Amino acid sequence: MLQTVSESRTVGETQRVAYRFMLRARLLDDKFASLYRAGKIHGGVFLGRGQEALSAAIGVHLNKTDVFAPLIRDAAGRLAFGEPIIDAVRTYLGSSLGPMRGRDGNVHRGRPQEGYLPMISHLGAMISVVNGVLFARRMKGITGIVGVACLGEGATSTGSFHEALNQAAVEKLPLVLVVANNQFAYSTPTTSQFACSDLANKAIGYGVESHSVDGTDFSACMETVGAAIARARAGHGPQLVVATLLRLCGHGEHDDASYIAPEQKNSKLGRDCLKVAEDFLLKKEFADAAQIAVWRSEAIREIDEAVAQAQREPAPDPYEEKWSALSSEHLNELREES
Amino acid sequence: MSITYLEAIREAQAHALRDDPRVFIYGQDVGAFGGAFKATKNLQKEFPGRVLDSPISEDAMIGLAVGTAIEGMRPIIEMQFADFSTVAFNQIVNQASTLFWRTNVPCPITVRLPFGGTSGSGPFHSQCLEAIYAHYPGLVVLTPATVEDAYSMLLSAVAIDDPVIFCEHKFLYYHLKAEKLPSEALPIGKARIAREGRDLTIVTYSAMVHEALAAADELATEGWQVEVVDLRSIKPLDTDTVVASVARTGRLLCVGEAWPWGGVTAEVIARVTAEGYGLLDAPPQRLNAKDTPVPYHPNLWAAHRPTARSVAAAARKLIRY
Ligand SMILES: Cc1ncc(C[n+]2csc(CCOP(=O)(O)OP(=O)(O)O)c2C)c(N)n1
Ligand SMILES: [Mg+2]
Repeated sequence: MLQTVSESRTVGETQRVAYRFMLRARLLDDKFASLYRAGKIHGGVFLGRGQEALSAAIGVHLNKTDVFAPLIRDAAGRLAFGEPIIDAVRTYLGSSLGPMRGRDGNVHRGRPQEGYLPMISHLGAMISVVNGVLFARRMKGITGIVGVACLGEGATSTGSFHEALNQAAVEKLPLVLVVANNQFAYSTPTTSQFACSDLANKAIGYGVESHSVDGTDFSACMETVGAAIARARAGHGPQLVVATLLRLCGHGEHDDASYIAPEQKNSKLGRDCLKVAEDFLLKKEFADAAQIAVWRSEAIREIDEAVAQAQREPAPDPYEEKWSALSSEHLNELREES
Repeated sequence: MSITYLEAIREAQAHALRDDPRVFIYGQDVGAFGGAFKATKNLQKEFPGRVLDSPISEDAMIGLAVGTAIEGMRPIIEMQFADFSTVAFNQIVNQASTLFWRTNVPCPITVRLPFGGTSGSGPFHSQCLEAIYAHYPGLVVLTPATVEDAYSMLLSAVAIDDPVIFCEHKFLYYHLKAEKLPSEALPIGKARIAREGRDLTIVTYSAMVHEALAAADELATEGWQVEVVDLRSIKPLDTDTVVASVARTGRLLCVGEAWPWGGVTAEVIARVTAEGYGLLDAPPQRLNAKDTPVPYHPNLWAAHRPTARSVAAAARKLIRY
């Protein structure tokens, strides 16, 4: 298990930790992509390529007692929040031993009682659930915690986003809403998504503080996300973070993203945050190339081991399955089975 | 002393708040104002910090409730009118109802829906949405028809570890009175024989129980003994009690105030036909509201939904089949 920020001591340790989560996330995503192409994954595969800096910056600034509702491009943040690689692999491969037991798959995974909320597909719907966890904890007298909800720029057009951000503002909850503006919602460009000049301006209307950041810039993400989380933790109410970047993959692995113009890919927006982070670490002498190579091979080994393990594990068995959606067993209508 | 259906709902909430520190109430105008119907009257004063006004954000209200449930709370969410719960539909049917199944973490939330027609309420303050919620796995749907059930079933709803859609009928709020609150109740999922008879079974729930009972009175003067089954709970549905009643009478009329298509009445008939085909002496029938939005004008409204008169007419026809 990698260290978290609070345990870090030496200069550059936080950056090193964050970079390692980015690297692990990238390699894990690459593995899922190749498993998908090999026909080993049922259903879709959704990658966070190009968004690792933003996502890892969230994860490393959260404590175990915080709340995290990641979305589809947050492999890095999930790992940094403490998700073991095996949880991700088991969910993608449908192992009955995974946290979702084959009932849900791919990015729809979490452990709610550990503050790690499993997204439902409906965009915007997780924000108010984070509000609820924060609301309950406040009722119990727990302070000093924050909850982060992630979303894409497309999800800012949902009614749920509006309702939940307004609700958090009214209740002054320590919510940090991190919007990854990766320029596309599936194939839809931002011009068809919103008409304001800067998404961060939306915060004004809700009476919420906002932060903008270049999502390709690793150290800027670390600083801005860290500051927003610290503001919320210190009791300054909800924070909106808007990161500008480019999705460096298809919407899912089924999508070749041919609608993204080459000029955009070749612009500064299209640079790879993992490379930016690596250059940053080398330049600051927080790590050297040999060290990074070791981290990489360690991560590859861990991922390969997790995949090998999950592939040996039992798939869910329909005859063992309970086929009941209720926790109250006495209220099940068992007669359906006859 | 007498207590109304609405007061019973208030009392049940007070009881739940008193007994269980995990319970709180969240909804529009529920705080100092006491709710649009006064179902939370004085509760904020009595339970400071636990009866809280929400913004007009039904989606976020239920999302928040689910988050608090994850943290072990047992929220009661008041929808101002059942009709507006459609704004929260996604959070109810996709978030709340799937949580336990997906994660093994229970979701003990109670969503109170003041529902059903009252004169002059029109298309958007009269709807009956029990069937659409019952359609979704992972939800419990309750429809109390009496003051006693309103009280005891709301207490049960709060105690149940799953999301409960509590359909409380606005028409019964002030009309219905009881002498005192009950100290015991039938379990959730058990239907009740509201009136015994041998010639015909009427299966119904909520406000229509009272229309059915009035129709049964009318038919009694003509010499027919009508049995009335009050389902109490739509989901789970007590098929055994219904089939046993049909075994006694041989005739089934299902009555619902909701729209007919894919509704509770259709479900009951499907079950009785599948499980008790040989018990039927006549084709099972149903009577529902007409398949239009609920009209505003009392003349139209009275003709839109089943009434004692139309129930009696349908029953007569079925007895003579
Ligand atoms: C309410 C809702 N509508 C539609 C979809 C289908 N959908 C899934 S992802 C997506 C695009 C999301 O774009 P964005 O919010 O920008 O996130 P990104 O994929 O770019 O990270 C759409 C339309 C959905 N999941 N939920
Ligand atoms: Mg996007």
